[in-house]
Amino acid sequence: MIELKHIVKEFNDSGRDVHAVNDVSLTIDDGDIFGIIGFSGAGKSTLVRCINLLGRPTSGEVIIDGRDITALSQKELREARKKIGMIFQHFNLMPSRTVAGNVAFPLKNSGLSKQEIKAKVKKLLDMVEIGDKEDAYPSQLSGGQMQRVAIARALANDPKILLCDEATSALDPQTTHSILELLKRLNKELGITIVVITHEMDVVKTICNKVAVMEHGRVVETGDILKVFTEPEADITRAFIRSTSNLSKAEDFLKADNPVTRIKPGELMARLNYNNVRVSQPIISTAILKFQVYMNIVFADVEIVGDSNIGGTVAIFSGEKENISRALDYFKSVNVDVEVIKDARDVD
Amino acid sequence: MQETLINIMPNVIEHWDDFIEAMKDTLLMEVWAGGIAFVLGLVLGVILTVTKPGGILENKPVYKIIDTVTNLFRSIPFIILLTALMPVSRAIMGTAIYVRGAIVPLVFGCTPFFTRQVEAALAETDHGLIEAAISMGSSPFEVITRVYLKESIASLARAVTITAISLLGLTAMAGAVGAGGLGDFAIRYGHDRNMTDITWITVIVLVIAVSIVQWLGGYIAKKNTH
Repeated sequence: MIELKHIVKEFNDSGRDVHAVNDVSLTIDDGDIFGIIGFSGAGKSTLVRCINLLGRPTSGEVIIDGRDITALSQKELREARKKIGMIFQHFNLMPSRTVAGNVAFPLKNSGLSKQEIKAKVKKLLDMVEIGDKEDAYPSQLSGGQMQRVAIARALANDPKILLCDEATSALDPQTTHSILELLKRLNKELGITIVVITHEMDVVKTICNKVAVMEHGRVVETGDILKVFTEPEADITRAFIRSTSNLSKAEDFLKADNPVTRIKPGELMARLNYNNVRVSQPIISTAILKFQVYMNIVFADVEIVGDSNIGGTVAIFSGEKENISRALDYFKSVNVDVEVIKDARDVD
Repeated sequence: MQETLINIMPNVIEHWDDFIEAMKDTLLMEVWAGGIAFVLGLVLGVILTVTKPGGILENKPVYKIIDTVTNLFRSIPFIILLTALMPVSRAIMGTAIYVRGAIVPLVFGCTPFFTRQVEAALAETDHGLIEAAISMGSSPFEVITRVYLKESIASLARAVTITAISLLGLTAMAGAVGAGGLGDFAIRYGHDRNMTDITWITVIVLVIAVSIVQWLGGYIAKKNTH
């Protein structure tokens, strides 16, 4: 378990004190894949560097499995760091060493014999699915392969924690996906706690079970991924959620008064947000059949987060005025947020 | 054969023993002064790198002192250093003349230059690599040996090449304290007695020497670039 207590990190930027991290307290449980999301400059990278003291916090405690690591001696800290793996945005592989050499880097002075190190390196490379690249140099690898090597290297000393600092930000979407799948698998197979720093909500959505949203050095919202997604409290959280959803496009179109978003007299346009609805329920069909309304779906985005479906639809309703109202009431009754965007039912 | 050589470079053949002696002296100065400057410059360059602001062993006073002393010695013209350091030479080497007397000023003249070269080579190391090594539990000493030096072998080979060649230039001046060497040989015979063939042969030998050093440095750098 990682407990961050009142972490403050100040930098002196040409005479001015900057609070990169301002009184952050977080608890990350064993086995979590914990996302810390924020825009650049929010302090998330600084915060994650406080966990292995790559950057020592100005004040506050970092307690890992009950031990305050800020109080350790240099030597003890180095031993503690071996149990906290870390991967980076730009991989940070040693260019002069082969893939095997890189993975063996942290195994020096580990008490293993040469043969044991060789076997371990092989096992680690197989685990990240690049067993055949042993003798290649980093410059011969693609970004995704380099990150796999970096992951193998980070896992060399069997850490209990893996810190990922924007680990997929330099990768294309497909490679990002494969790396995230790998992290998810390692979390399941090894039970390793993973802390993921990112500015992409997609990353959080894909692998995290908990998330903390950071802004201006503070955590503005934290909790279970599903709860944060379905009941976001902070504006920035909503902005992040919207950024990953197709529905944000609807907003742009509405603003630009795109023809698709124009409605005729007698029609009504509404946004339906599914908050934790069981999507196996055919609510739209039910509404159409039961209340005899027409629904023209303009935008839709439904996703699986955690183990539930969330998302929304923007639709144009037409039909009898009363029927439309009853259909909207029906949606509300099944836990769908209804937000009327335009109502032209009384327009002739 | 011999006749042809005598026709082409009569003076060189006449002073052949001196010529061999001059090459030996140059080689001696190059190897001794270069060897010592290599070790000192490497150590000082590493210290500058790790103690500078933001370095892994940040230490302002140490950095400032080495930085200032390095600049100081770099700004003194070598010919002045050569005579100014005579008492130091006498204290360390027991004499201020001949090859032995030239070693100390050559080291003083070469080390600051090489220190800066090392500092520049190490500065190319990606900070991310340092961070990664620290995150894996490396000690500062391990970061120096396993990251800074290991990852900079190619740049360091180039730094050694440049320094060795500039040192060769400095040894030519060491004749001023009677250290001999090729520079001195060329001045005494080639210039003072107008024996042009001696000047030419000296230049040719130096060009060959520089080429070998350059090639060797380039080879090592290439071997260590992946």
